[in-house]
Amino acid sequence: MEDTLIIRGIEFRSRLWIGTGKYRDFEETARAVQASGADVVTVAVRRVNITDRKSENLLDFLDPKKYKILPNTAGCYTVEDALRYSRLAREAGVSDMIKLEVIGDEKTLFPDTIGLLRATEILAKEGFVVFPYTNDDPIMAKRLEDVGAAAVMPLGAPIGSGLGLRNPYNIRIILEAAKVPVIVDAGVGTASDATIAMELGCDAVLINTAIAGAKDPIAMAEAMKHAVRAGRLAYRAGRIPKKLYATASSPLEGML
Amino acid sequence: MRLTVNGKAYCTEKGTVKELLGEMDIVPERVAVEVNLKVIKRAEYAGHRLQEGDTIEVVYFVGGGQEELWKIHSSLGE
Repeated sequence: MEDTLIIRGIEFRSRLWIGTGKYRDFEETARAVQASGADVVTVAVRRVNITDRKSENLLDFLDPKKYKILPNTAGCYTVEDALRYSRLAREAGVSDMIKLEVIGDEKTLFPDTIGLLRATEILAKEGFVVFPYTNDDPIMAKRLEDVGAAAVMPLGAPIGSGLGLRNPYNIRIILEAAKVPVIVDAGVGTASDATIAMELGCDAVLINTAIAGAKDPIAMAEAMKHAVRAGRLAYRAGRIPKKLYATASSPLEGML
Repeated sequence: MRLTVNGKAYCTEKGTVKELLGEMDIVPERVAVEVNLKVIKRAEYAGHRLQEGDTIEVVYFVGGGQEELWKIHSSLGE
């Protein structure tokens, strides 16, 4: 059965989305992305080095015809900066998609959700397809949806922490109420974390550090591919209810 | 003409955004350009005249998934 993720008419072949930071080099980035099977890669927007023009370009390794390039506003701590980076990203890229981050605090990297809400509303009105990185807060997820977010991206745990989904109950409440796709962004540490997110019914998972920081990033990328797929299949298959006591699975009839 | 390009003083005889990118050996399709905080559309590079003292930012996509690596010091305007 077809199980394609479609957001605002854009078809996504993969429910695993990949961040491109922290790899050793562009070649390793490209190999990891390939092993993950992802067709969405998120990238940051930064100044071109005008004095050393020999440096390689990420897009030479990740063909925008093959992958959906999802620019982010990583590093933005104010609404104004997030808007500025978003508008530049749209001009540098080929789509209206933006992974919107308005960071509230350097230590936790938790989002400044008040700024995030304002920026989401402004960018949605400008025609952006906005993917806001938010807290695992069901009310804020709803608010973001109301002002035009194309999907919501609640964190599982702080960025780069690898703590997994610290509040799966909140994610469930977000999923219950959301009319837009829910994509867990941040916190995944290993394959089972990604599976848990997908088993809850999340539409996709975005992973960077858990892959790039693994001892063998290429192998972890492959593990994540299977983890996301397994979680999605299990969600669609419908799990059995949890019970305290045993239920025999072999027939009692015919016993000696 | 004296400009500020990506935070650094830059002297040029070039008159337009397109010519400036050419002088810096930058492929226009891979970047975005901002002049005095206003994003310039790619189609306007050839027509946009530069003025003495203009502040220009030329950006592109780099590896980065989430905020962690990219602290404020690498942001625009610093």
